[in-house]
Amino acid sequence: MTLSMPTHWAETEPACPFDDAMEDRVRKVCEDYANDPANLLEILHGLQKELGCIDPALQNILADILNISKAEVHGVISFYHDFRSQPAGKVQIKLCRAEACQAVGATALIEDILEQHGLNDFGTTESGITIEPVYCLGNCALGPSAMVDGKLLGRVTEASLSVSVASALKGGPQ
Amino acid sequence: MTLILYIPDDAAALSVGANEIAERFSAIGKQRNIELVIIRNGSRGMLWLEPMVELETDRGRLAFGPVSLDQVESLLDAMLQRNEHPLSLGLTEEIPYFKNQERLTFARVGLIDPVDLVAYEANGGLTGLRQALNMTSQAICSEILESGLRGRGGAGFPAGIKWQTVLDQVADQKYICANADEGDSGTFADRMLMEGDPFTLIEGMIIAGLATGAAHGFVYIRSEYVHAIDKMKRAIAAMEQANWLGNDIQGRGKAFSLQLRQGAGAYICGEESAMLNSIEGKRGTVRAKPPIPAIEGLFGKPTIVNNILTLASVPVILAKGASFYKNFGLGRSTGTQAFQIAGNVKYGGLVEKAFGVSIRELIEDYGGGTLSGRPFRAAQIGGPLGSYISDDMLDLPMDYETLAQHKAMLGHGGITVFDDSVDMAEMARFAFEFCQIESCGKCTPCRIGAVRGRETMEKILHGENVASNIALVEDLCEIMTDGSLCAMGGLTPMPVLSALHLFPQDFDRNPLNSSAEAAE
Repeated sequence: MTLSMPTHWAETEPACPFDDAMEDRVRKVCEDYANDPANLLEILHGLQKELGCIDPALQNILADILNISKAEVHGVISFYHDFRSQPAGKVQIKLCRAEACQAVGATALIEDILEQHGLNDFGTTESGITIEPVYCLGNCALGPSAMVDGKLLGRVTEASLSVSVASALKGGPQ
Repeated sequence: MTLILYIPDDAAALSVGANEIAERFSAIGKQRNIELVIIRNGSRGMLWLEPMVELETDRGRLAFGPVSLDQVESLLDAMLQRNEHPLSLGLTEEIPYFKNQERLTFARVGLIDPVDLVAYEANGGLTGLRQALNMTSQAICSEILESGLRGRGGAGFPAGIKWQTVLDQVADQKYICANADEGDSGTFADRMLMEGDPFTLIEGMIIAGLATGAAHGFVYIRSEYVHAIDKMKRAIAAMEQANWLGNDIQGRGKAFSLQLRQGAGAYICGEESAMLNSIEGKRGTVRAKPPIPAIEGLFGKPTIVNNILTLASVPVILAKGASFYKNFGLGRSTGTQAFQIAGNVKYGGLVEKAFGVSIRELIEDYGGGTLSGRPFRAAQIGGPLGSYISDDMLDLPMDYETLAQHKAMLGHGGITVFDDSVDMAEMARFAFEFCQIESCGKCTPCRIGAVRGRETMEKILHGENVASNIALVEDLCEIMTDGSLCAMGGLTPMPVLSALHLFPQDFDRNPLNSSAEAAE
């Protein structure tokens, strides 16, 4: 199985519903950061947390509020791996692909996990589970490592990940 | 009788269930009406023992681990009755792995509640800063220069020279930026320090501000480190409350304020100039140097960019003096390094020792060899841009110059261990893939070289024109080394060429043996 290059920023149909109420929320977040373009990354994190993703339509509004060009806004959003143009599923799983986790079998584990979820590549399942690669979670002595909805897991196996995902789907602690 | 327990909330400990253990202790304590005080500390760094629980006794702290949920009740009983338990490890500070270290920077990690300023001060904290408040800026810079402190991010540049450069600049604003974008696989020392003793980092940054005339600081933390970000926020708030940060530090007329900045999943933002661009709200592209950040850095102002461990080593230098620090180490690599033992290793963790300790000592004596029990084959030192070493290089000492002489790199001190199941040609391919994913895209050798390198390695793995493709990879590596704007493209050849030269048999693929078992 060859995993494709990440396409976290795809120019597709806007997947985050966008309306005037959204615009107000965007303006509020920008205000929290003094409408300062130097705070753009913090603003984008804040928006993604609130809205689930950064809709391409947001770019124009951000450029307007922060008084920078649309190209600059688009440039920043498309540069950083964290920012998504499509919302993630109900549960967000990140699996570490870096060297220390590879040393304890992460590559094969990741292939098994993707297969278990019916995926050929990183992406989102029909049941709303998003599986993405991450390059190092800083847990390199207890790999293979993963993150499920922000919760760090060490010594991951297919079984332990399933338990965590099931718990996350229920909305409880992972 | 009150039992005082220490249960780490360091992310590594959490990753193997420390929160659940703490909750179970708490629940059973309530159920059985036992008075329990649970302090969430940093990790002692003996990570294979996590979740490790320590019990305060008048002899010192007794360690138990790794604790699983079903053992909590029996462990609590043993603690109450002062009996041994299968998980007993004896006194924490007598455990050889811990005892044989030389903890200067990590002295308080795992010892205290990380956001308890009173405990911090009681254990030597703020001594350095108090000293610095009585010194001139020049005197502080000279002390740091004298100590021989070198940047711990990977470049090993003398911190004192950098600080002196910034002090010498005339500007209306200067900045101290702490680089906590610890994206290198095999490293977690910055994370552990921020989670286990954040005050040390903040103290170091304030001292840096006093030394250079900078009144503002930023800590740039990668977004993956959610727990470190939270801990740092709390620590900054505590320092502000106690007037160690603010407009008039302890009424001494000096000002220093600190802000956190989150990264957004870009490895390249660990490169100092890309980090500065990121703090400025821009794409994390690398800047050409000159000008160096010390002269023209954040928002164009003179800026110190230092790694977390560099800044966290400053308080002890000011507290105990440059000579004290200088006396540790080997040659020009003075002081201690927090080595991180990772990957396929039995006893992974944080080992702080003076420079000059051998790789073998770290991997075998501390690390206990491979986790799998299979023979050791290779280790990658210094992160994804570091060379692989083979077993006949294990007796090399860990210091900047010796490793550089052997075409290896100390970097941030991480050691990732691999057993004999590793396919070194695949690791070379991955090195190019990682470069492609994380390249900022600015310079052609890195942006295009990574792609072509990955494609060519894939051909080699499929047994296509192996000899000529290997020659092509070597040639490409020369271009990337000489022509890249920064270490991303510039050092990607290190893992590639070390894999190729030390493990040529893995690259000897033909269409029949192109599977992953080729290495065996």
